[in-house]
Amino acid sequence: MKFGVVQFPGSCDDHDALGACERVGEAVLLWHADPELHGVDAVVIPGGFSYGDYLRVGAIARFAPVMESVIEFARGGGLVLGICNGFQVLCEAGLLPGALLPNTSLRFVCRQVRLGVVDRESPFTHRCPEEISIPVKHTTGRYYSPEPVRVLLRYAHGENPNGSQDDIAGVTNAAGNVFGLMPHPEHAVDPLTGSTDGLRIFESMREYVDSHVLA
Amino acid sequence: MSIVTSSLSRHRQLGLTDPEYELILDAMGREPNQVELAMLSLMWSEHCAYKHSRRLLRRLPTEGPCVLLGPGENAGAVDVGDGLAVAFKVESHNHPSAVEPFQGAATGVGGILRDVFAVGARPIAVLDSLRFGEAERSQRSRYLLERAVAGIGHYGNSIGVPTVGGEVYFEDSYEQNCLVNAMCLGLAPHGRLTRSAAAGPGNVVVLLGALTGRDGIGGASVLASAELGEGDEAKRPSVQIGDPFAEKKLMECCLELLDRDLLVSLQDLGAAGLTSSAAEMASKGGVGIDLDISRVPLREEGMEPFEIMVSESQERMLCVVSPERVGAVLEVCERWETLATPIGSVTASGHIRVLDAGIVVGDLPVEVLVDACPLYDLEPEVPASSAPAPEAIPEAPLRETLLMLLRSPNLASREPVFEQYDSIVQSRTVRRPASADAAVLALPDGSAIAVSIDGNGRRVACDPRGGAFEVVLECAANLACVGATPLGLTNCLNFGNPEKPHVAWQLVEAVAGLAEACEALGIPVVGGNVSLYNEAPGGPIFPTPVVGIVGKLPDASRAGRLGFLADGDAIALAGAFNPSHAGSELSKLHGRTPTAGPLPAVDVAAVREAHAAVREAVASGALHSAHDIAEGGLLVALAECCIAGEIGARIELPAGVDPFAEALGRAFVVSGPEHALEGFTVIGRVGGERLEVAGQLDLPVSELRDTHARGLAQLV
Repeated sequence: MKFGVVQFPGSCDDHDALGACERVGEAVLLWHADPELHGVDAVVIPGGFSYGDYLRVGAIARFAPVMESVIEFARGGGLVLGICNGFQVLCEAGLLPGALLPNTSLRFVCRQVRLGVVDRESPFTHRCPEEISIPVKHTTGRYYSPEPVRVLLRYAHGENPNGSQDDIAGVTNAAGNVFGLMPHPEHAVDPLTGSTDGLRIFESMREYVDSHVLA
Repeated sequence: MSIVTSSLSRHRQLGLTDPEYELILDAMGREPNQVELAMLSLMWSEHCAYKHSRRLLRRLPTEGPCVLLGPGENAGAVDVGDGLAVAFKVESHNHPSAVEPFQGAATGVGGILRDVFAVGARPIAVLDSLRFGEAERSQRSRYLLERAVAGIGHYGNSIGVPTVGGEVYFEDSYEQNCLVNAMCLGLAPHGRLTRSAAAGPGNVVVLLGALTGRDGIGGASVLASAELGEGDEAKRPSVQIGDPFAEKKLMECCLELLDRDLLVSLQDLGAAGLTSSAAEMASKGGVGIDLDISRVPLREEGMEPFEIMVSESQERMLCVVSPERVGAVLEVCERWETLATPIGSVTASGHIRVLDAGIVVGDLPVEVLVDACPLYDLEPEVPASSAPAPEAIPEAPLRETLLMLLRSPNLASREPVFEQYDSIVQSRTVRRPASADAAVLALPDGSAIAVSIDGNGRRVACDPRGGAFEVVLECAANLACVGATPLGLTNCLNFGNPEKPHVAWQLVEAVAGLAEACEALGIPVVGGNVSLYNEAPGGPIFPTPVVGIVGKLPDASRAGRLGFLADGDAIALAGAFNPSHAGSELSKLHGRTPTAGPLPAVDVAAVREAHAAVREAVASGALHSAHDIAEGGLLVALAECCIAGEIGARIELPAGVDPFAEALGRAFVVSGPEHALEGFTVIGRVGGERLEVAGQLDLPVSELRDTHARGLAQLV
C-alpha cells in the first residue's frame, strides 16, 4: 500500500501527512508540477496555504499539473483524502460538493475538537470509533453546500469552531472514494504530540486498499 | 519624510550628528555622494551599529560547552546532541508595529525566520513577547493587540512554522510604544550551519527572492532609531509589507541550496537591505563586494540607486556562489519559483562599490561602513528617588483578591491569543501552549528541546539590576518545570532613549543583572538584539529586557506539565521563597506605580539547587506536575495548576507567606506521589473539584476557570 502526498508551493502539513501515512504504509511526496502519480494506491492532499491561497483558498492549486492526474485517479475510483487546504482544493476541483467560507469569527483558530463519526462504513472511517478527538487549525473552514451532501464527520455538540452548516466537519462524494475534512488527522497519530484518533483514518484507508487490491 | 534633501544639513535629516558627519569626511577624505550618504546613515544608525550598547554588551558571558555559533552571526546556535544544532534568536519590531501593527508584527516574524534559515537551520518554532498599553481602558491598545496577534498568526501560520509560546502584558508605559519581540528556533545538522562571511574574490554574489521596491526605505534610521512622536502615521510607508508565501518558497529554496552544498555563504536582507547585507558579508570575510544595481529586479520603475541600496523589501537573501555552481543554484531556485539574479561579485578591494550598469555611483571602504561608526559610552545617572515608600496593600478576603487577579489582563488565560496561532504544524509539539511552563519540541532521537521567553518590565522598573536578574531566573525556572537543562540564551533589550541619563542607568544596571544571572546559572548568551528609543511624548517604556532560553531534556515522553494530575497526589513548595509586593500584580491592581526599590534578595545557591531538584525530579518522571511561582504569587500559581489539571486541591498555606506576593523564578508548586516529594515542603493534596485553603478560601475550579478564561477574551 503506497500513499502519495501532494506537495504544492505553500503546502505546510505535507511532511506531517507523509509521516502519518508512513505509520501505516509506504508514502511518497508528489510534486505539484509533475503529472505522474508514481503508482500510488491513494492520494493525500495536505494542509497549508497552496500558492499562498492567493485569489481564493485552493483556487490556484486546482490547476496544478498533478491535479489533472488526481482528478482522473478519483474518477477511476482511487481513494483521495483532502485535509484542510486539501479539502478546499478538492471542492475547487469539483471532486467534492460545496465550498469553504471564512470562519464566522473571521479568525484563525487552532484547537483540539471532538468529532462525531456519522458514517462508520466508509473507506476512510470504518476503523473509527463513534467519537474522535483531533485538532483543527484554519481561517476558512465554514462548510457550506446548497445541496444535500454525504457527511462523514460532524463537530460534537458545542464544538463547532467555524460556524459550518449543520456542524459539518468532513464530507465524501457520491461514489464515496473522495473525502475532505477540515480537522487534521495527521496531527493525531502519536501519543507524544496529541491523541492517536487520526491514525484510524489512515488505517481505514490502508485496509480498504489492501482488501480491494487482493479482491 | 524624504530621504533626499539638498540642504547642507541633509546628514541630520538622515539621523547623523554633525560630529559623526565630520568623522565620515575625515575617513573618506571627501564628501559622500547621495548614494554613499544614504548607505552610511543607515549603517551608522543605532539599529545597525549598536553605538550606544555595543560596549555594554561585552559584559555578557558568551562561552559555553554547547555553543556552536555565538553573537555576531545571524543567529546563535547550540549543540543539542545526535549531530543536531538548534539556532535561535529574538528580535524586536516595535516601532513598525506601533505604526502599522499587522504588517509590523508579520514582518517581525518574517525577519527572524530569515535570520534562522540564513545560518542553515530549518525554522521549527516561533515565540513572541508582546507589550501594549492598558487594553481595558485603551481602544488603541486593543486595536494594536488584535492586529499584532493577527499579523504574527498570518505569517507564522502561512509559512508552516508553529508558534509554540510567548507572553503578553499590559502597562500604561507601552501605550504609545508597544513592544513586539519575535523569537525563532531552527534545527540543523551541524554540517549545514552556515556563516555569513563572504570569501573568494571572483565569486558571484546572487540576490534571491522578492523584487525590490520602495518599501521600508530608511526604516532602520527613521523608525527604529528615533523616538515615536506626532504624525507617525506619515511613516507608514517606512513599514515593510510581508508575503509569507514568498518566504516559504525562499526558505525551502535556501535550505535545499545549503543541503546540496552549493553556497559559500548566505545572509538575509534585513534593516538597511542590500547595504548592510553586503557590508556585513564583506566585513566578516575581509573582502570587498561590487554590486551592479542595474541588475537588481525591481518592483517599480524609476528607483534611484540609493533607494535600491537601502530598500527594506522583505523576503530577500544574498548569497555568495563560486562561478561554476551558479547554474546549479539558478536551477534549484527555478524549481522553488524563487527569483535568483547574479548582481555582483566578491573582490579583494575591501570596498563596497555600487555600480549602475557598470558606472560607479558609490564607493565606500567596508571599514568605514562597518567599523568606523563611533561607539558611545553611556552617561548613567541614578534617578533621584522622590517617591514615598509604598503603602501596604489593604487586607481583603482571599476569594475576592484571587478572582480579581485571575481575571486581570496580565494574568488571565492566554488562550484567546494562542488559539490564533498554529502551534502543532511540523509534528514536534509535545507541550502545547498553556499545558506547561515551557514549550517542548521532540527531536528525532527521543529527546526534546524546551524553550521559554520571558520579561517583566514592571519589576525591572523597580530595580533594573534585580529585575533583569530575575527575568533570567524566571525563564530558567520555566525550563526546569518541563525537566530541561538550559543550553543558551538570547535577549532583546527594549529600552527608552539611552542619551537620557536615567535610561542609560537602567540599561547599564539591567545588562549587569543579566550578566550576573547568566554567570550564576552557567547559561551563555549566544545572540540578541537591542531596541532603544522606545519613547513617546509621554516618556520612556518600562525598561524591558526580554530573554529566551533554549534547553534540552533527555526524554520527550517525560516532559513536565503544569496542571495537577491525580487525585490524592501531594502538593509541595520547592525552593526558598521570600516574596514581596515590590512591583507585584496585586500592587498594580491597587493602583501603585512601580517605585524604585529592591526586589526580594536572591540566594543564588538556593535557587540553583531548587531548579536542579525540580528539573531532575521532572526529567526522571517522579513528579506529576511542576509550575513556577510567578506573577500573582503562590495562590495564583495553585489556581493555575487546578485550572490546567481540571481538578481541585486542599491547601494549608505555609506560615508567614503572603499568598499574592512575588519573587519570580525562585520557587515552584510541584505535585506527585508523597514519596517523590522528599526534600520539598508539602502544603496540601490534589483532589475534588474545589480549591480550598484551610479556613480562608473555598472556590469551585469551574469558577476559577471561567474567571481566568474571561479576562483577556473580552479584550481581543
